[in-house]
Parts: sequence; structure tokens; C-alpha cells
Amino acid sequence: MVLGLYNYWIVVLLMMTGFYIVIAHGNLIKKVVGLNIFQTSVIIMYVSMGKVRDGAPPILTDGVTLYSNPLPHVLMLTAIVVGVATTALALSLVIRINEAYGSVEEEDIHTQEQSS
Amino acid sequence: MISANLPALQVIIPLLAAPLAFLLRKPRLVWPFALLTTVLTLLVSIGLLQQVLDQGVISYAMGGWSPPWGIEYRVDSANAFVALIVSAMGAIVMFYAGTSIRHELPEHKQTLFHVAYLLCLAGLLGIVVTGDAFNVFVFLEVSSLSTYIMVSLGANRRALTATFQYLIMGTLGATFILIGVGLMYVMTGTLNMVDLAQRLPEVAETRTIYSAFAFVTVGVCLKLALFPLHGWLPNAYAYAPSVATAFVASTATKVAIYVLLRFVLTIFGVTFSFNTMPLGQILMVLAILAILIPSTVAIYQTNIKRLFAYSSVGQVGYIILGISFGTVLGVSAGLLHIFNHALMKGGIFLALGCLYYRTGSVQLDAFRGLGKTMPWTMAAIVVGGLGLVGVPLTAGFISKWYLVMAALEQGYWPLAVVVLAGSLLAAVYLWKLVEMAYFQQPDNATEVREAPLALLLPTWLVIASTIYFGINTDLTIGVATLAAETLIEGVR
Amino acid sequence: MVNLIDIVLMGLLLITAFAIVRMRDLFAIVMLFSIYSLASASFFVNLDAVDVALTEAAVGAGISTVLMLGTLAMTRRHEERRPRQPHLLPLFIVAVTGAVLIYGTLDMPHFADPAAPIHQHVVPRYIEQSGTEIGIPNIVASILASYRGFDTLGETAVVFTAGLGVLTLLGRFGRREELSDGRSMYHDMILRVIGKALVPLMLLFALYVQFHGELGPGGGFQAGVVAAAAFILYSIVFGWDRAQKIISPFALNIMMACGVSLYALVGVAGMLLGGEFLNYNVLGSYPAGGQHLGIFLVELGVGITVAAVMLSIYFDFAARLAVRKLEGE
Repeated sequence: MVLGLYNYWIVVLLMMTGFYIVIAHGNLIKKVVGLNIFQTSVIIMYVSMGKVRDGAPPILTDGVTLYSNPLPHVLMLTAIVVGVATTALALSLVIRINEAYGSVEEEDIHTQEQSS
Repeated sequence: MISANLPALQVIIPLLAAPLAFLLRKPRLVWPFALLTTVLTLLVSIGLLQQVLDQGVISYAMGGWSPPWGIEYRVDSANAFVALIVSAMGAIVMFYAGTSIRHELPEHKQTLFHVAYLLCLAGLLGIVVTGDAFNVFVFLEVSSLSTYIMVSLGANRRALTATFQYLIMGTLGATFILIGVGLMYVMTGTLNMVDLAQRLPEVAETRTIYSAFAFVTVGVCLKLALFPLHGWLPNAYAYAPSVATAFVASTATKVAIYVLLRFVLTIFGVTFSFNTMPLGQILMVLAILAILIPSTVAIYQTNIKRLFAYSSVGQVGYIILGISFGTVLGVSAGLLHIFNHALMKGGIFLALGCLYYRTGSVQLDAFRGLGKTMPWTMAAIVVGGLGLVGVPLTAGFISKWYLVMAALEQGYWPLAVVVLAGSLLAAVYLWKLVEMAYFQQPDNATEVREAPLALLLPTWLVIASTIYFGINTDLTIGVATLAAETLIEGVR
Repeated sequence: MVNLIDIVLMGLLLITAFAIVRMRDLFAIVMLFSIYSLASASFFVNLDAVDVALTEAAVGAGISTVLMLGTLAMTRRHEERRPRQPHLLPLFIVAVTGAVLIYGTLDMPHFADPAAPIHQHVVPRYIEQSGTEIGIPNIVASILASYRGFDTLGETAVVFTAGLGVLTLLGRFGRREELSDGRSMYHDMILRVIGKALVPLMLLFALYVQFHGELGPGGGFQAGVVAAAAFILYSIVFGWDRAQKIISPFALNIMMACGVSLYALVGVAGMLLGGEFLNYNVLGSYPAGGQHLGIFLVELGVGITVAAVMLSIYFDFAARLAVRKLEGE
């Protein structure tokens, strides 16, 4: 069973690393990077689900009968695009926050907000 | 042809209107165009609800590919009801926005706001009308991203940090939902909601599905701001432009609750969710905490928008409490409150926008003597507030009544006490405002007049309807009960 | 042999992810992220997900990295401050979530098992019928643009929203001041020569990916990103103001909106011709012909919007940097 599932377990580890970066670190840019790692790892999970042993990429070719599953690929194309859209917005916010507060560290910003 | 394609039109009209509005560029052109779009969208919702009540469930195959190979739009009484709420608030708030946005935002941002608004509307409706689990995720992101844009346009720099926090938490929630859907997909091979509902029972006892359930519910609870995952909400509501708060407060969390209902009842089924998984108990505990704790925190707020934001978290608690029973009565109480709260909170935030328009502030101080200087605005807040407390003759009373009935039906006497306690807490924070507005003298330094008609009319339209639906309850109770029955019955 | 590549790539992913957790230098973190993304893309190729790999490489290692570096340039913080005590709460939350997830995998079909449920139910029709129903070899493109075309419309709307958002936060919509940006790489001869040679090749490649996407990996998204990358390269090497003379932000705004509108209008055309929204069969005299036309137009819409949005986002970032430089002086 370990041999059959270790792929997924490593992906889970990657996901949790990304998740940890998001919630544990105070630097806003690092949070965004963590979010990206989290999302990319979810994509890896879905794509791993689609792989078929000895299958070919899902492009119809003469002589090939066994293809890997195309549906997760389609779903993950969408997920990648959603991810970059979120990243772009998040980074724009970070730039504006930096201009307004002079910092991208959560602690500093929090202190400034408490005192004003 | 139009009536056959209503489900698609419900989402296409605002979705196509958004880039077209963007091409128009000038706010003077964009606002009327956006208003027209929201009105058309409302008409479609009314038509759709009518169709569902006449014909039953409507199924529409996008692209002509029947499910589960294509994406299906599936409209029953539950989502037609929610769609109506969303588009009604969408239209009324858009009318209000013409004046409000012109006042609050610099000219070159106004068009961008309206385009984001239309995209948000399209996204929310897309979530509600779809019958495909992954499609929910896509339109969830459309509505979320456009909401972030709207919130970030608030005047205070805190709008930026509020948006960032909302973005991080919202994206985590959406990613959790994605993980959950993935786990469901890997066990069943399908994404269509009805198909999932039919195939899940065979694999329901697996650890993968337990996990999937956990991820989906946690992700959705983040989006609907169930205590303790509500951290993003108070600041996002407080610092967003008035129009954004009014629209988002009346729709976004409600749509998230709908998603919860759809997944928990239709897809997973009431037996699995409430008997196999301890959902009922967990939701009940969190709901009780949500009713009591945020309402208490609300009392101490001086930023009144923030006060009502915490109030919203509490009101979501009521809805979730009703749902946690897992009965027809409980779920219909929840659905009723979705409708009623959307109106009450929407109306209150519109009134707060009127206040902001005239005074530039939503702090408690700005309420000093407001009963004299802005009588209509204050009255709107009072009536809305009475609804939140649950005074008879308001819509809020009806939903609380149903909630208590549902609790008693299950024999949970202490819960009736909790609901009462929540009402008391709401009365306390309402009293804070009433005391300041009617029992204090206005600041003579500033000349404050009543808000313009263009803002007052939509505000009172919404507030008056909270009274109307507190008296004439046939439509709301009828549809809510029908919807609850449909949801609990499921699709076996 | 395949397994060995698997292990090496996964190892790389793990190392980079852990390194990012520990590092404080933001510039290094961004570079590590870029490696992570590229390693994922390679991993996808190994998992037969060629379209996904192309997109991940272009978007993750390309666009995301560029935007992060742009952000770093404006925040000018290359070091993160020393973190507080390791928080027990985040570790606890992460541990619980990870545990639930691993628990969930225990009943999953084994990796690459051909008998898994997801290969049995919905997908066989796509594999067996798409050749005749739609008539193009790339099954992913068939599903993306036709069977589940509505998802892709939503996705294009997401891209448009992102462009809108960055425009709102950083851009100068409606304001047409001229800003000149002294920071170009024009003086560097190697960059200038190679840049000049690469840009047309990249554009050609973008067109190839766009139109060849039905026959091999590719399609609107990838093409749009590569096209945008070509202009971004030009902009970096020759200066942002020169790039804006070639494609102005105004033109990009129009393109952004037109692409997604085109997609939606193709759907409306389907409705007007008697079918459902986004039904392509009715667009042509025979269904497969209609599918070809529909997919062609729809992918074009996607490509236009994606290219315009990516470039617009880059210009917005660059404009913000230029404004800061001016105000700093």
C-alpha cells in the first residue's frame, strides 16, 4: 500500500508546507509564495490522480489504446489560471499596502493600525 | 427561445455585460448600462422561480452536452429562491450605487467598480444555478476576486489590509473546497451534482469520502464566516465602500450557505451528513457560539459598520443553527432567515451609506442627534435593527419564530433560550445607537441634512420590505419550506 | 526508469518547498519558487499531463515569478525580519489538516491504477467519441473548449477580473500622463541583440501554440501567455515606454474585454441558432464542422484576453515602479 500511495503522501506533505507558510509567516510576500505552493501542490494531486500506468498523453494517436485521464488535466488548467489571477491581485495589494504602511510585515502593519 | 434559455441567461447577462461595460469607459454611460443589466437579471430570476414553481426542477445542458459529460445547470426551488435574493439586492443596490459611488470614489475608479460589481453578480449567480461541483469552484473564484476588487476601493488604507486578509482566507477556503471535490471525484469519477449524489452511497463509508466531507465543509464555512472562521469579515465589511458592503453583506455569505446546503443535503445526503458524520452537533455548537460571542463583541464597537459586521456573523449563526437540526423545519427556518437577513442587513448598510454620504463618518459620534438631523435614515436603521432583534411584525421575527419551532420540535428547549439571548444582545447594540441618535443633541457645528432621495428610496424600499415580509409571509414561507423539502429529499 | 525521474523530481519539490520555509531572503525565495514551478511542470510531463505542464511552466515559472520580482523591486525588502517564536497553533492546524488528508488517501485507488473509478465512468466517452464528435486529436482541448466549455468561459472571466483588479489597484485607467522610464537594458549589447532575435520567435511560437493547440499540447491560455512574454521581454530590454508605443494600455483594455466578449458571444450565437448556450453543433452545416469553428473562435477569444491581461498586468506593475522612481527623485 505504501508503494501505491506514497506519491499522494508526498503531495500532501508539499501541500501542508505551503499551507504552513501561509498561516505561520508574517511577511506578506512570503504568504503569497506559500499560497502558490499550496495551490500548485493541489494541482499535482489532481494530475497524479489522472495518471494511468503505461498510458499515453491524451492526444489521439494512431496505434495507442490506453490514455491517461484527460479530465483532471482540464480541471487543473483552470486551477492554474485561477491561481495566477489570485497571485496577481495579492501582489498588487502588497504593493499598495507597502506604499500605505511602509512595510510588508504583518506585525508592523498591525502595530500601526492599533495606534491610529 | 428566451424562456427555454433562462438558466443560462441568468448568468450570461451580467457576465457579458461586464466586459461591455468596461468598453464603455465613461461612468456616465456605464452606470445606466449596469443598472439595466441588473434589472434584466432580476427579471430573469423572477421568471426562473416562476418556471420552477410551475414545472418543477429545470435541467439545462450547457453546450448541448448532456450531463455528466457536459456541465449542467440545475434549477430547483432552493436555488431559484437564492438567485432571486441575489439579483433583487443586485438591482436595488445598483440603483443606489449611482449616487453613492459618484460620491465615494474618484472618477477614474467608478467604471472599474461597476464592472467588478457586475462580475461579482455573475459569479454569485453562477454558483447558485450550476449543477456541477467544479463549476461552483470556478464561479466562486469569479465572485471572490471581484469582491476583493470592490472592497479594496474603500477610502481608508485599512481597506487594503482587510482585502488582503480576505483574499488569503478566501483562497484557502476555495482551495479546501477544491481538495474536497478532488477527493470526491477520485472515488466516483464524476463532477455532476446529481450524479455524485447517486454514486456516493456506494463509496460513502470510505475514509476518502469522510475526508472529502471535512474539507468541503471547512472550506465553505470559511466562506460563510462561521465562527471561528469569520476573521476576514468585520474588517472587510467595515472598510469597503458603502455600496460594496451593502451588496456583499446581503449576498456573499448567503450564497456560501446555499453551497453548504447543496453539498451537505443534495450531494452527500442528509443521512450521511447528519448520521454518519457528526455535522449536526458540530454546527450546533459553533452556531451557538456564533450567536453569543460576536453579538457581544458588536456591543463594544465604535465603528458602526464594524458593529453590524459582527452582527452579521451572529445572524449567520442563527441560519446555521436551523440547518444543524437537519429537519425540514430547521432548514426552512435557515432559508427564511437567508432571505430576511439579506433584506435587513442590506437595508441597514444602505442606510449607513446614507449617513456616510452626508457626514463622511460611520463612527458612533456621527450618530449624535441623528434622529433630528436625518430622521428617515435613522428610522431605517431602527426598523432594520428591530428586525435583527426579532420584534413581531418584522421579517426577523418570522425566521426566529420558525427557528424556535424547529428547536422545540427536536426537544432542544435550551436553544430557545440561546435565541432569546441573541435577541437581547442585538437589542443592546441597537439601543446604543438609538440612545445616541434620539437622546443626544446634534453637533451644531456641522450642517447635516437628510440624505438625497436617490439614496433614501432604495434604502426604504428594502427596509419596508422587511416589514412587508414580516406580515405577508406566504411567499417566503411557502418557497422556503418547498426548498427545504426538496433539499432534504435529495435525488436518489 | 520512469520511477526514478519521479523520485528525483519529487525530491526536488520537497527540498525547494522546505527551503522556502526556512529562508529569509525574499529574492532567494522567489527564485526557489520558480524552481518549484518548473519542477512541477517537468513532473506533469512525467504524468502525461502535457497541456498542464506547458501552462504551469509559462504561468508559474514565467508570469508569477515576474510579478513577484516586480513586487520585490517596489517593496525593496530583500530580507524578512526574524520570525517570532515558532507558532504552535499554525503547526497544530497544519498537522491536523495533513493527518486528515493522509487518512483520506488510505482508501484511494493506488497511484496509476487503470481500474480506478475515475477512468471508468465519464471519461471513456471523451476518449472514444471525441474523435468523431468533435474531430480534433487533443482530447484535453475537446473537453476544455467544448464539453466543459462553460468552465473555460468562467476561467476567461477570472483572467479578465485579474486584469481589472490590477488595473484598479495599480493602474492609471482614464489618466493619460506620459511617464518615461529611464530603466531599460538598451546599453547592454548582448541583451539587446538576443532580445531582438527572440521576440519575433516567441511571437511565432505563440501563434503556433494557439493554432496548433487542437493537434498537440497548446491552446489559448498557453499561447496568450507566451505572446505576453514576448512583449514583456521587449519591454524589459528596450524600455517600458517604447513597449507602450507599440501596444498602448488603451489597446490592451479593449483587447481584454473583446476576448471574453467573443467567447460569450459565440455562446449566444449558439442560442440564437436554436441550440443551448455554447452549443457549437449548430454553428456549422455539420456538427463536427460547427465544433471546429466554435473551438477556433473560443480559443481565439481566450488567447486574446490572456495575452492582453498578462501584458496589462505587467505594464501596471512597471508603471507603478516608474511612478515611484519619479516621486523618489
